[in-house]
Amino acid sequence: MNALQMAFAELGLEPHQIVLVSGIGCSGKEAHNVKCYGVHTLHGRTLPFAMGIKIANPSLEVLAIGGDGDGLGIGAGHFVNAGRRNLDMTYIIHNNGVYGLTKGQASPTLRLGVQTKSLPKPNINEAVNGIALAIISGFTFVARSYAYDVRHLKDTIKQAIQHKGLAFIDCLQPCPTYNNVTTKEWYAGEDRKDASGKPQPRLYKLEEIGFDPVVRDWSEDFQKKMAALDKAREWDDRIPIGVFYKNELEPTFQERLSSRIPFYMERPPAKQKLCDENKFSTADLSEFIKELKAS
Amino acid sequence: MVVDSVNWMAGGAQGSGVDTAANIFGKACGYGGLHVFGRREYHSNIKGLHSYFHLRISSREVLANVNDVDLLAAFDAETVVRHLNEVSPEGGVIIGTHQLGTKVMEIPTLPPEFKAEIAKFMKENGVGETLNDWLEHTKQRNVHVFPVPYMDLLAEIGEKLGIAQMSKITRMINVLTIGVSFALFKYDRTLAEKAVRETFAEKAKIAEMNVTALNIAYDYAMAHFDGFKHRLEKSAVNEERIFLTGNQAVAMGKVLGGCRVQTYYPITPAADESEFLEANQIIRSRNGEDEAIVVIQTEDEIAAVNAASGAALAGARAATSTSGPGFSLMVEGLSWAGNNEVPLVITYYQRGAPSTGLPTRHGQGDLRFAVHAGHGEFARIILASGDIRECFYDAAKVFNLAEKYQMPVIHLLDKAMANCSQTYPVFDYSKFKIERGEFLTEKELEGKEYRRFRFTETGISPRVALGTKNGVHWHTGDEHNEFGHISEEPLNRRLMVEKRMKKLELVLKEVPLEDKLKFYGDINAENIVVSWGSPKGAIIEALGILKQEGFRLGFIQVRLLHPFPAEEVKKALEGKKRIIDVEDNYTAQLGGIIREATGIAPNYYVLKYTGRPVTTTEVYKAIKNILTDKSSGKEVLTFGA
Repeated sequence: MNALQMAFAELGLEPHQIVLVSGIGCSGKEAHNVKCYGVHTLHGRTLPFAMGIKIANPSLEVLAIGGDGDGLGIGAGHFVNAGRRNLDMTYIIHNNGVYGLTKGQASPTLRLGVQTKSLPKPNINEAVNGIALAIISGFTFVARSYAYDVRHLKDTIKQAIQHKGLAFIDCLQPCPTYNNVTTKEWYAGEDRKDASGKPQPRLYKLEEIGFDPVVRDWSEDFQKKMAALDKAREWDDRIPIGVFYKNELEPTFQERLSSRIPFYMERPPAKQKLCDENKFSTADLSEFIKELKAS
Repeated sequence: MVVDSVNWMAGGAQGSGVDTAANIFGKACGYGGLHVFGRREYHSNIKGLHSYFHLRISSREVLANVNDVDLLAAFDAETVVRHLNEVSPEGGVIIGTHQLGTKVMEIPTLPPEFKAEIAKFMKENGVGETLNDWLEHTKQRNVHVFPVPYMDLLAEIGEKLGIAQMSKITRMINVLTIGVSFALFKYDRTLAEKAVRETFAEKAKIAEMNVTALNIAYDYAMAHFDGFKHRLEKSAVNEERIFLTGNQAVAMGKVLGGCRVQTYYPITPAADESEFLEANQIIRSRNGEDEAIVVIQTEDEIAAVNAASGAALAGARAATSTSGPGFSLMVEGLSWAGNNEVPLVITYYQRGAPSTGLPTRHGQGDLRFAVHAGHGEFARIILASGDIRECFYDAAKVFNLAEKYQMPVIHLLDKAMANCSQTYPVFDYSKFKIERGEFLTEKELEGKEYRRFRFTETGISPRVALGTKNGVHWHTGDEHNEFGHISEEPLNRRLMVEKRMKKLELVLKEVPLEDKLKFYGDINAENIVVSWGSPKGAIIEALGILKQEGFRLGFIQVRLLHPFPAEEVKKALEGKKRIIDVEDNYTAQLGGIIREATGIAPNYYVLKYTGRPVTTTEVYKAIKNILTDKSSGKEVLTFGA
């Protein structure tokens, strides 16, 4: 939350220019705690609401925020299809592996066989890999960050907002109440200290190993995607954060609409006049009538 | 029963050009100043199963179909088997000579339950096994049979146009039947030529091929057939007319009403509307600055309804369009829109249900569902159109209702209206006003504290589009306070529930009577019909015939179904001897709502749930049974293949 507000401030965005769309889950209430337009929607439906808002008024900075259950469980269909459209907006998933509001059932990102303290039995389902799914679904900016690294998260959010196209951030987030497996201490590697007693952190930054996620020409795309997918497989011992994939060559949905409606950006649906000063609808139906004429 | 119309039907396998033929036929009639009403029936199937189009043509406005067919243009044997009993005495059947030897029980597309019916018919009437035997049998009823050697005619066309490959022109059997039909009706062939050219306006070569085919067939019929008595005659007309479907009328109405975002997931019979909108998405404007509607095909109906809500919150007039199964998926989103007072429009075309039901067939079984859909209690408006003209104006009006009262509006339609087509004088749309209700701008907000859900006397809180300066606010599916933040406080809860619900009282107070009810016939008579939706046309026509026979009868069409105009309905029904409820469902849902709201129950029911719309003929017969005390109280209608 801090990271979001810092990112908005550093980008010079005014509260009324931003719409924060959230789902249901612990992250759902986030929309109420930030000074900007907030739309707290239904479980799993953040992306459709965000899409409608962005299409009606593309000048708005639209961010969708949800939990892992919200985005990759009940809303997984929207996740995949959002990728196909590449709307110029940002989607952040708070990934903690559990359903907190209903007392800690396994979320879609919890791995097979893991048993958090709230689970009566080990998880019987394998996890979905949000990063990999985003890449193959067509998100054009795919990154991961960590909730306790506020600075990194803020920078990642800034990059996502500035990205031209649909951006996805997988925000790793311990759930202190229900997830006693992937805890803050686990991420920090306190369970595996070296000989000197120093914890060996699991998280490392892609930018620090010189990983280049940017597609600058379509000929590089396949290779960059494969490299990103390879990184997306890493878990347990070493967990990468940072940008996995970035491609601004893909036309955004707004660009696609503009190719059909040349004035779309200047006069999007929410900004059209509809009527004259006396409120009479200005729609001229003569083209329709010509097509249907039968006399 | 005297009906001053001519009835033409084209039938054939899906994909063989039945729709195109009917469109050409209807337009050609329109060009001659005639009125047309068309009903399209088809299977839930892409290609191959039986489909047909019934066109009723008259010099006066026609509002519904009748049972009779005066000329049956059969593209295949099944059409004959399905519809021969509908052909009127002195009527005719056009059929390819190559079909005459077809053994009817061997027609591969006939379902077993229908085969059982026809086996019984053949046995009881001593009818032989070939199509020719059937046609011979029907000649006893003075039905004329016009066998056409389509293959020879196609060969002639191929030769004339220099096309050796027959498969390229066999599709034109549909146009050949039009040529033969118009020759039999002795109708001006130049009008048919014009209709063909208009239909294929973007493909000049195909247009000319079809005109050639039309003329060859016309000449053949003129030279070989006589004895057919029905005529279609041009009549002078001094008004501009259009021929359109309910889907098209709704699309045009939405454009007029300022709808600028339409979301949908493909579903019959709603998708045609969205496609028509997308094909015409640039909107010419009288002020010279083009506008446009964005049509989004979403991944499912859940996305469709919620994206439409999002667009509406951002300040666009937004709608989604669907039928029963899709609406089922939208229900959670509807509840959210109700809680957040979103001006969301849902165009809801009912079809045969439950479940997948009869995807391409008609039904009115979802009234109760539309009224009650969604968990919890919230305000909504349901407006039902009864004909294609109303579809147009209502499709525009619902946006005013949605924005003025800040609640979801369901425009409730059905398959019959979606797919029926009718000629009308061009709709006058010059008087339509866009009323956006209390909608604040940046300037009006300056220096004030804004509360999206401010408690007011009427329950309506001035609205602000997302993105407006000085208007930052919140929405949530949770119960909320005036700012839109979550609140579980009991006092706030009570006030919020009351605020949302009392808007319905305002709707009832402000909506004009003609949008609540419409009255037809002799409204002071002791007998009255009540109905809603597409049965309207057949009821009005039946009333006309009954009036000629000396029966006094009125008809109330209920348009506003929620909030229910109980006072007005009660006033209209009080003291009536017979209240006859006509609906295309099993449980008489409107009848139940009337009883619930007014304490007055209909005492006669005319119901149909075969998946086919009611015809004038059967409504007339059923009401007459009731008026002459021959009815047990419930008339179940069954007509239609």
